[in-house]
Amino acid sequence: MIPAAFDYHRPGTLDEAVKLLSSYGDQGKVLSGGMSLLPSLKLRLGSYAHLVDIGRIPGLDYIKEEGGFLRIGALTRQSTLERSDLIRTKYPILADAVSLIADPLVRNRGTLGGNIANGDPGNDQPAIALAVGATLVARGPKGERSIAANQFYKGLYETALARNEILTEIRIPLPAARSGGAYAKLKRKTGDFAVAAAAVQLTLNAKGAVDRAGIALTNAALTPVEASDAAKFLIGKMPDDKTIAEAAKLAAAKSAPGADRRGSVEYKKDMARVMVTRALRKAVQRAGGK
Amino acid sequence: MAKHKISVTINGAVREAEIESRLLLVHLIREDFRMTGTHIGCDTSHCGACTVILDGNPVKSCTVLAVQADGAKITTVEGLEQGGKLHPVQEGFHEKHGLQCGFCTPGMLMTTSALLERNKNPSEQEIREAISGNLCRCTGYVNIVKAVQYAAEKMR
Repeated sequence: MIPAAFDYHRPGTLDEAVKLLSSYGDQGKVLSGGMSLLPSLKLRLGSYAHLVDIGRIPGLDYIKEEGGFLRIGALTRQSTLERSDLIRTKYPILADAVSLIADPLVRNRGTLGGNIANGDPGNDQPAIALAVGATLVARGPKGERSIAANQFYKGLYETALARNEILTEIRIPLPAARSGGAYAKLKRKTGDFAVAAAAVQLTLNAKGAVDRAGIALTNAALTPVEASDAAKFLIGKMPDDKTIAEAAKLAAAKSAPGADRRGSVEYKKDMARVMVTRALRKAVQRAGGK
Repeated sequence: MAKHKISVTINGAVREAEIESRLLLVHLIREDFRMTGTHIGCDTSHCGACTVILDGNPVKSCTVLAVQADGAKITTVEGLEQGGKLHPVQEGFHEKHGLQCGFCTPGMLMTTSALLERNKNPSEQEIREAISGNLCRCTGYVNIVKAVQYAAEKMR
């Protein structure tokens, strides 16, 4: 399969990339790792007259803790996240997810920024961005702006980014003491999108009750789903089995999946409940609770 | 649509080409460079038959634009043998019957040779994870794992 013809541009700087995108409007598209875009072009699900390859713009590939945030450059590849000691030891919610994304060869190309900005509800990292309360930093013609993850997803493949804006950084607040996160995903095989998946980030207080909670679902609707009712329900409560079961029920009630080869609506909603339960249990454990 | 002049180092040799933007890396390799060891399987970035090593990392060349590889170092299955001597993974696949029909083999060889560059002593689990993006419909993977273990031992 061969994509429809397009012009390819490889700007050397972000400003140059923004300029190109500004001049092409709807006919321009950002190319990062290409692991979602190239298959869709090959299948002719999408077609653009101009691809703007940001893959070689320097300074967008980093993982660092700075200014109260874990800051990850948008061009950081999934395989780099997977091999990062910092991610493995301090951000298990990211470590859980990354080895479940696509397969190792795809992870050698795919980037965190692409996964977040693509706007596909089947992508795993948007739910994580919601659960941890990430800030997404974008560069456009007027400079830089920050967008809260829960303001980012507008519809299927629609995000808050304008056609001439580029996601440059994902900022995750440094976890407070007694915090834990987890990502649980059910998929049929390597390389598949989730039947259901859940991201959970918790902070417990000194007594072990929940101080802060973020819960979000992957592939549960046309956009990633923030289960804020379930998160609110947890606040102030001891995260015992009964409370976790109730929160998982509340979260699953927010999912609105479609039936497809991965299962019926009923099955997917119940699997969302199971994934939230598992992620909550693991997050509590990692936060040092019981 | 403008054409692009690109230059890549493939199996140690510098090659140039003038290509369309939409040309896929696997087509550059097979059709422009006439190196047909790299296979096209599913053509949808699932099966891994088209795996090549791009700047040190195994990738699916059906899902990389040739123009994205401009300036890169590429190794294909033709580049594994050195001075008439098979690479240890090639020898391993031969010795341990790591193939039947052979269609997935070039991709398997590229993925596993890259694994052994990074990890001299992979566990069975690590080998299985490394090849999880390469599908084989003949062997059930058992002999492929044995072949990689053979090569790992040989390379230590």
